[in-house]
Amino acid sequence: MDAPTDQYAIRVSDLVVGFGRRVVIDHLSLDVRRGEILGLVGASGGGKSVLMRTIIGLIPKMGGRIEVMGWDADAAGGLNGHFGAPKWGILFQQGALFSSLTARQNVQFPLRENLSLSQSLMDEIADAKLEMVGLTAEDGDKLPYELSGGMVKRVALARALALDPAIVFLDEPTSGLDPIAAGDFDVLIKTLQKTLGLTVFMVTHDLASLKTVCDRVAALADGKIVAIGSMDDLLHSEHPWVKAYFHGKRSLMLQKKPD
Amino acid sequence: MIWLKLEPQWAFRKIELQPFRNLAVNSAPLLNAVTTGDSLELRPTGSWTVVNANLLENLFNAVTPQLASAKRLRVDLAGVREIDTLGAWLLEKISRGAEQAGRPVVVTGVDERHAELIEDVRKVNRGKRRVQPRPNAALALLERTGRSAFGAVGEAAILLQMLGAVSWALFGVLRRPRSLRLTSLVYQTWRFGWQAIPIVVLITFLIGAIIAQQGIFHFRRFGAESYVVDMVGILVLREIGVLIVAIMVAGRSGSACTAELGSMKMREEIDALSTMGLDPVEVLILPRIVALVIALPILAFLGSMAALYGGGLIAWLYGGMSPAIFIARLHEAVSVTHFEVGMIKAPFMALVIGIIACSEGLKVKGSAESLGRQTTTSVVKSIFLVIVLDGLFAVFFASIGM
Repeated sequence: MDAPTDQYAIRVSDLVVGFGRRVVIDHLSLDVRRGEILGLVGASGGGKSVLMRTIIGLIPKMGGRIEVMGWDADAAGGLNGHFGAPKWGILFQQGALFSSLTARQNVQFPLRENLSLSQSLMDEIADAKLEMVGLTAEDGDKLPYELSGGMVKRVALARALALDPAIVFLDEPTSGLDPIAAGDFDVLIKTLQKTLGLTVFMVTHDLASLKTVCDRVAALADGKIVAIGSMDDLLHSEHPWVKAYFHGKRSLMLQKKPD
Repeated sequence: MIWLKLEPQWAFRKIELQPFRNLAVNSAPLLNAVTTGDSLELRPTGSWTVVNANLLENLFNAVTPQLASAKRLRVDLAGVREIDTLGAWLLEKISRGAEQAGRPVVVTGVDERHAELIEDVRKVNRGKRRVQPRPNAALALLERTGRSAFGAVGEAAILLQMLGAVSWALFGVLRRPRSLRLTSLVYQTWRFGWQAIPIVVLITFLIGAIIAQQGIFHFRRFGAESYVVDMVGILVLREIGVLIVAIMVAGRSGSACTAELGSMKMREEIDALSTMGLDPVEVLILPRIVALVIALPILAFLGSMAALYGGGLIAWLYGGMSPAIFIARLHEAVSVTHFEVGMIKAPFMALVIGIIACSEGLKVKGSAESLGRQTTTSVVKSIFLVIVLDGLFAVFFASIGM
């Protein structure tokens, strides 16, 4: 199996996704480079999560082409057939931890299902992952409902990274966290991205994370990517929605330069 | 100089894993161990990634015995093409084991791409893991017995507490009738009563028919077929009608109550209600319990009628007893007392079902598993208590001569 070498981790071209007659994603094209952190912004209900879920394969597309690491999602067997499980890790908005498993078992779950390792090694790997996301081994014994919101996100991130995937999808990773925890989480994502060489696709509304961690930001409006580039490029974009997004009252407050 | 080359191609691989990153460069990992005098040099090569997890664990296990005999350890990482957390951890485990045994370890040839990860992994799992001691089996059994005995007392207390809370809420509603949640009450009665009619009528009809058929079949041998009417009438009106209906309501509506309240508890809806100054017992629980208390006697009545109808139909079709004779005999065999005995029990059974269903619902914790467990417990417990209650009523009615 010769692997196509490509500088893009994800290439989406001319994608159409809709539900019934309502078209949510309308001929959208987007490229995610390898090893970058791409932030995706858009109005609530504007199709950000739909786009992410379509790339992952949870929602069927009506038209267009999705390539992940140079492999076509439509090829025989789909992406799952090509790569098996550890192609990507996904951090769902609510964490989506399995509620009847402890944090450690949650992190071990992908390892257990995909590899046949000894229990002691899996314990060590899970503890290592928990520690890398800033939790302790004691937290590993807790059940999801005993964890705080920030800890749930961390465990979910550890689970997403369990198999050291090449691409990580984050759906609003900092929503519901206090600014300090959100800041810590941003730093964590940046650090892990550097050490593990991850490509990160991040859906977020958090202007601070966009500014601090994202290499590029893409703005989704009316089912299309209306602007893409560095944070500065977006700040100078002329598109009305992007202008409203980055030059609204809240945004300006954050962007004020200290005197 | 001893060369040891480990090539675990025999290793079992569960599924073929091909993460993108490794498509072009994935190569089988190797671990060359070179022993020079009392020092051991390890040269890992290839892809030390999760794709090769099983091979890596085998390599690690194979090299472990050699580590014990070496006085000095050198790890040369120059041949490693790729490494991820798993590979880094295994290598770290090797060198950490040697370090802790007081032997010098030198790690060389770290590629700068990997340096940060290897440095990070070096820091993890340093804390001591608490190992929970396994309790003595006999003691554990005693502990479980003790806990469930105390638990049973606690459960009884919870039921009494719920009964008290419901009575208090009812008292409040009687004092201020405007505070009754009429919409909710009507809706719940419609759900627990009206919607349950078809299935309740169908099942009690079948049960009445089966009792009549069995009665005719066995009584025929000594020519006492006509007493089937007495048996069906008394059995259905006094016991079976209300008992079967109560069991069905426990399974159908009690479980629904538990699951609803449980998921509301999970999603903090009940906490939200209390913070708005509303009493969850008054808003959620009272309408459900009152609805059950209204619905169950009606269902029991309809069920008893359906069972008598089924019995009459079978007596006619299978036993050759005309409906007119059946009704006439029924008139002689049963009295209003039998009917009263059955009907008096119905609201009490409904109360038991409702109280158990609601208190189990409130016991749900955060997990989906707990919701399932509490729903099961609710159904099992309410069926058990309904039957116990039926027995107590039988003793009571016998002693007052009804």
